[in-house]
Amino acid sequence: MTPPKAVYIHIPFCATKCHYCDFTAYVVEGQPVDDYLDALAKEIEMTVRDAPPEQLESIFIGGGTPTVLTPVQMKKMLDIIQTYFPERAPAIEYTMEANPGTTTPELLAVIRDGGVNRLSFGAQTFEPHLLREIGRSHGVSEIATSVKEARTAGISNISLDLMFGLPNQSLDQMRDTLERAVALSPDHFSCYSLKVEEGTLFYHLEERGQLPLPDEEVEYGMYQLIRDYLLQQGYAQYEVSNFSKQGRESKHNSTYWKNESYYGFGAGAHGYVHGTRHVNVKGISEYVSRIDRGERPILQQEKIPLQEQMENYFILGLRLLEGVSLQQFKQQYGQPADHVFGDAIETLVNKQFLRVEGDIIRLTEQGLLFGNDVFVQFLY
Amino acid sequence: MSKQTQIRNFSIIAHIDHGKSTLADRILDFTGALSEREKQDQFLDKMDLERERGITIKLQSVRLPYKAKDGQEYILNLIDTPGHVDFSYEVSRSLQACEGALLVVDAAQGVEAQTLANVYLALENDLEIIPVINKIDLPSADPERVKDEVEEVIGLDASDAVLASAKAGIGIEEILEQIVEKVPAPKGDPDAPLQALIFDSFYDAYKGVIVYMRVVEGTIRKGMKIKMMATGKTFEVLEVGAYNPHPVAMDELSVGEVGFVVASIKNVKDTRVGDTITDAVTPAAEPLPGYRKTNPMVFCGLYPVDSSQYEDLREALEKLELNDASLAYEPETSNALGFGFRCGFLGLLHMEIIQERIEREFQISLITTAPSVVYHVYLTDGSVLQIENPTLMPEVQKIDHIEEPFVRASIMVPNDFVGTVMELCQTKRGQYIDMKYLDTNRVNLQYDLPLSEIVYDFFDLLKSSTKGYASFDYELIGNKTSNLVKMDVLLNGEVVDALSFIVHRDRAQHRGRLLVEKLKKLIPRQMFEIPVQAAIGNKVVARENISAIRKNVLAKCYGGDISRKRKLLEKQKEGKKRMKAVGSVEVPQEAFMAVLKMEEK
Repeated sequence: MTPPKAVYIHIPFCATKCHYCDFTAYVVEGQPVDDYLDALAKEIEMTVRDAPPEQLESIFIGGGTPTVLTPVQMKKMLDIIQTYFPERAPAIEYTMEANPGTTTPELLAVIRDGGVNRLSFGAQTFEPHLLREIGRSHGVSEIATSVKEARTAGISNISLDLMFGLPNQSLDQMRDTLERAVALSPDHFSCYSLKVEEGTLFYHLEERGQLPLPDEEVEYGMYQLIRDYLLQQGYAQYEVSNFSKQGRESKHNSTYWKNESYYGFGAGAHGYVHGTRHVNVKGISEYVSRIDRGERPILQQEKIPLQEQMENYFILGLRLLEGVSLQQFKQQYGQPADHVFGDAIETLVNKQFLRVEGDIIRLTEQGLLFGNDVFVQFLY
Repeated sequence: MSKQTQIRNFSIIAHIDHGKSTLADRILDFTGALSEREKQDQFLDKMDLERERGITIKLQSVRLPYKAKDGQEYILNLIDTPGHVDFSYEVSRSLQACEGALLVVDAAQGVEAQTLANVYLALENDLEIIPVINKIDLPSADPERVKDEVEEVIGLDASDAVLASAKAGIGIEEILEQIVEKVPAPKGDPDAPLQALIFDSFYDAYKGVIVYMRVVEGTIRKGMKIKMMATGKTFEVLEVGAYNPHPVAMDELSVGEVGFVVASIKNVKDTRVGDTITDAVTPAAEPLPGYRKTNPMVFCGLYPVDSSQYEDLREALEKLELNDASLAYEPETSNALGFGFRCGFLGLLHMEIIQERIEREFQISLITTAPSVVYHVYLTDGSVLQIENPTLMPEVQKIDHIEEPFVRASIMVPNDFVGTVMELCQTKRGQYIDMKYLDTNRVNLQYDLPLSEIVYDFFDLLKSSTKGYASFDYELIGNKTSNLVKMDVLLNGEVVDALSFIVHRDRAQHRGRLLVEKLKKLIPRQMFEIPVQAAIGNKVVARENISAIRKNVLAKCYGGDISRKRKLLEKQKEGKKRMKAVGSVEVPQEAFMAVLKMEEK
């Protein structure tokens, strides 16, 4: 098996915690950030010693909010990455997640000098009261400012995250958000629907019946609006939640969808290296102390059985509108897809959820809207 | 062998939670019947299900040697009884096998309806009743009040009542002494023709049916040819013995003794509770009194969620039937659910127990249709049909009138809830019979109620509307004419036969509306709109629409966390497994019981 060509690094710190967030992320104040970065360096060192990298095609620094690091800490982190992953493809995609309002010109300069060439801003919505309601720490004007400053600093590849299905959000508000977002002319959009996860403030509110989510019909309308509007504005949908200008599809995320391997470092990070998936411990002090003891900070790991790998190939791959290749499946797993999933594929084609065109299987329009019903068919 | 004068046969009468099983264990313990290792709680309740629910389903008996204070050795036979109204006939038979009974009453809660019902059964059988006030160590215990209640409500002399705490081991010896002193030794002639009363039987994979019985006249011996007087079947006795509590083989059981018989019997239906065992060669002139065949009172359809498990379900029922003479079933077909069985039960608890055992012990996921009683349908051509499946109800034009079974319910309730309970009984078409004050605070209400209303949700509503303070018992009193109609439910325009039910005409529209509302909540939205209708004949009385779902796709990025996505999909897949495709509509299991879970408001 070839070494991963992608690296994910998790920075689990934020200025504040958003009301919907259940990712590994802690309010940064009082956290031992420098210890964490030292531990991160050691984790990377331990990992690449066993599984050395070749030339990388993408790096993704996510969170949390990586941009809550100070310029000094930021430089330290980027230097660590440079040290252990020096070999990079010329067209490498090097992304950092950022929150509007956290990117000072000084910090942006450090980020740019460290090699980052793509910023993904968590804009979420352009409705001021909605931003407050979901617990974001920035305002609307900071989105535009941050995008502009990023470009000024020389980072031209910009993605915006938007959310829909927020409490009391209306279709008109969604349209307004889209118009304002497109006006900033980013290269890429990720549009996620709010999912209420256990352990979040929203979960508790929903339990008590105090979370006025839009009904399904409205949420459906928003999704279709997003798709129509972005397409009309020159952003092609290439995945269930992702849209881009020509050639600006996220290479890093495509790693996940194509079921390819990737390194994952940091507290709570997931990795998939040489056929084994793992997730790291989530607590900062546990993460740091495990590494101080010379251990890898792995919470759980599992060698993925062949059946599950094959399932994932479809479950993940079909999220991409370009579809999956049957030929490639056969090359990868040594047997034709219709031996394993013949029934599922036939059922789904009959339901007009899937379309087969030569070597390619892809979702139909209906299949895209009922993606879960498609994917579930591939589970053993 | 023991001397007839030294035998004491007794059982324990108690309300659920009043400590019967604990007391039984203490008695076993005190007489030295249990080894240290066996002193796990509630030895007598063998099935897990019984232990979980804290109730006894199958009877057991145990033979205990006891050296009394008078210096003599006695044999005490404790015959355990089930504690639920569904099994009242079994209770009456095991009481018939005794000369005495301990009446266990909670020192704080006092006499409950079920206890009372069983006390009356005991009195009918001329049993010597020894009152035991249990749980006297509770802070809320008020033994004097409870003694008064026993005297007033039951009319028993409670001056000698034993004050006990089974949990703390208080009063156990006094209980045993009173048994020796007060319970009469069994009468009868060891040389008379054999008459032995069957009070339970149980299927053992190695020995066949094991019959629990009490010898009333004569002697039963190994090698003897015996005959079941009701079924006429004859067998050769391979083994007789008693439980100490482990089975111990003996040469014979003589008059007054309690024990088991093994005789290569293959079917529990040949050993009916209440039947008399006699000598096949020199039979007794007549059987012991009181035998009757128990008839199922509540029926429902059982269908495997996965139709390929139909044969497994048949096997499960066959196996359960080996051990349960009162379980009746026959194959039936439903348009909506495919192949299944219509099963008859003694009551709701019996039904739930069987369902749970099938799901748990045989791992068959079941769809259960709403329970139904047996309706007597008088047709205009003069014939009479017994309908236990609402689907089979004839067309209205052919029906002259319908009768349904009624019960007399006795409900004991604190004063404050009398109004609430009366109101509940009225809405359930009850007819007031009587009201008696048991003491200054407690009232015994009697109502005649249609059994079908009890089968619906009466018990749940009674519990919730009285904060659990009401206790309840009933007996079947016969059939009465009611103005009943069959209600059909249509999904997507198609009648779903498994959802049909019988309802009183005055309540039909209301029930229909509640049911379609409930179904709208239970049936998940699907890719097309689904009309849900309730109809009497061709007339739709209620309608709701389940609107179409527009999308189902996870539009969220979990980074590289594939397991989260897979978990969501697996959950969806599990949910789908509990669905039954009815035509083009996916219907969850619970929907078929929805008719029971409607709140009457």
